[in-house]
Amino acid sequence: MSSDGPTPAERFLRGILPENPVLRQVLGICPTLAVTNTMEGAVTMTGAVLFVLTCANVLVSLIRPLLKPHLRILVFTLTIATFVTIADRLLAAFLYDMSRQLGPYIPLIIVNCIIIARCEICASKQPVRTALMDALGQSLGFGLALCALASVREILGFGTWFGKWLGWRVLPVGLSERVWAPWTVMILPPGAFIALALLLGAVNWATARARARKEA
Amino acid sequence: MTRSPHGPVPREAAVTASAPAPVAPAVSVAPGPHLHAAASTQRMMADVLVGLAPLVAVAVAQFRQHALFQMAIASCSAVVSEWLFARMRGRPATLWDLSALVTGLILALSLPAGAPWYAGAVGAAVAIGLGKAIFGGLGQNLFNPAMVGRAFAMISFPAALGASAYVSPSLGIEAVTSATPLTAFKMSGQVTPIGPLFLGATNGSIGETSALAALLGGLYLCFRRTAPWEIPAGAILAMGAAALPGLAGGGTTWTLAHDLSAGAFMYGAFFIATDPVTSPLTPRGKWIFGAGFGLLVAMIRRFSGYPEGVMFAILVMNALVPLINRGTIPVPVGGPAPQTR
Repeated sequence: MSSDGPTPAERFLRGILPENPVLRQVLGICPTLAVTNTMEGAVTMTGAVLFVLTCANVLVSLIRPLLKPHLRILVFTLTIATFVTIADRLLAAFLYDMSRQLGPYIPLIIVNCIIIARCEICASKQPVRTALMDALGQSLGFGLALCALASVREILGFGTWFGKWLGWRVLPVGLSERVWAPWTVMILPPGAFIALALLLGAVNWATARARARKEA
Repeated sequence: MTRSPHGPVPREAAVTASAPAPVAPAVSVAPGPHLHAAASTQRMMADVLVGLAPLVAVAVAQFRQHALFQMAIASCSAVVSEWLFARMRGRPATLWDLSALVTGLILALSLPAGAPWYAGAVGAAVAIGLGKAIFGGLGQNLFNPAMVGRAFAMISFPAALGASAYVSPSLGIEAVTSATPLTAFKMSGQVTPIGPLFLGATNGSIGETSALAALLGGLYLCFRRTAPWEIPAGAILAMGAAALPGLAGGGTTWTLAHDLSAGAFMYGAFFIATDPVTSPLTPRGKWIFGAGFGLLVAMIRRFSGYPEGVMFAILVMNALVPLINRGTIPVPVGGPAPQTR
């Protein structure tokens, strides 16, 4: 079984754009909407998902001969929960503010569909190297989507980019309210839905265009 | 030879098509509806523009260049957005049906004179883009585009469109630097005399100050059948019904007349709620829609933290329109259609 299907390098590349977990598979929408009002949140969430997904994929791939079909989801969830706990505690220890800001969304990675889907689709059937590359590609794709969304939301909503960590301002300090003001709606949940919908629309449009060009 | 499914074949088409065809139909018969009135989107929208004229006049008389500024910004942004989104959708831009201009103007008239330029510009772009084009363009939208744009601007720029924007326009509007009548009543129980309230010598969004102007323009729309009269009638009746408990209590000088003339109620009831796309189809549905609108405005004004509730009332009622339509399907002549299974 491991001989057919895409090669590890192909799986890595596919995760980034053609099978992007958020933009093409529309999985893991809950953290995508919840943590993307700042770039810091998006990057931290990406880091946590990268860690959990890579470790879970590798471990599941290693133990795949032992998996029993009727217990496999349970084993996936326990494996993921172990690494999520590690990530959660690490964040609380070294990035306490970020950990508080992300609140329940780090523990919620346990039930993130992206990770369970990768374990089920790839890791439980493929050798370690393939599973590792798949996890890296999917995590990068997830990070790409989150950063795209967070850039739009933070720039429009706060007028900054990495405002808390690096202090980069897009709008100059002391800009008059008469000239321009940040859009409060973009840091609120409605802004997340609107921005994600527009982003998905743009990606669908670009995909359709690329396909039409290839066929023509 | 193709026959138009909606109405008789135009004469020139029939004539040119009859030349090669061996048998030309003497009488062209097409399935209904056969529309005889020259009703078009453009005519309706032009009517709305005429109806808005008194409001525009009052706005300009009262807020001078600030009113012109708001109207210019919002209208330009709406028309440009319409062109842009039509292009993105690969459709011909329907700028000449004037619907984008009307949306922009209605939005502008619902903004305070001191609103910054981006409130109107972003609001109008959102109104056309997210309020209309995304749903499939004119006639397909669920919510009134102008109110979608205003809601977006209000959530985005609360300081620029909130109560403070009406009170302290920092750009120095000489005539009026006071709270709107509704804000003043909500915050300090201060009642504005009915005369200025009705005629429009008060502060407020640039188009809402004069109930008289809205009434004049609105009645014109009703006579032209551009706006269904049932909706404003239902709204006014509901507002009256909502005032009844207050009458029994007595003691307040804020009367039903105040409620009807203050804020954007008249403007909303005649110009915004009557949007044919986002209001029910049946006469009974229109009564329900209007009454629900009036009741919601009264409730928001009395029991919520907001001094005015026309925008929310319209958006909520818009969401209920499919339900109202389904509930008020008229019985056809000759009794209801038999159930076929």
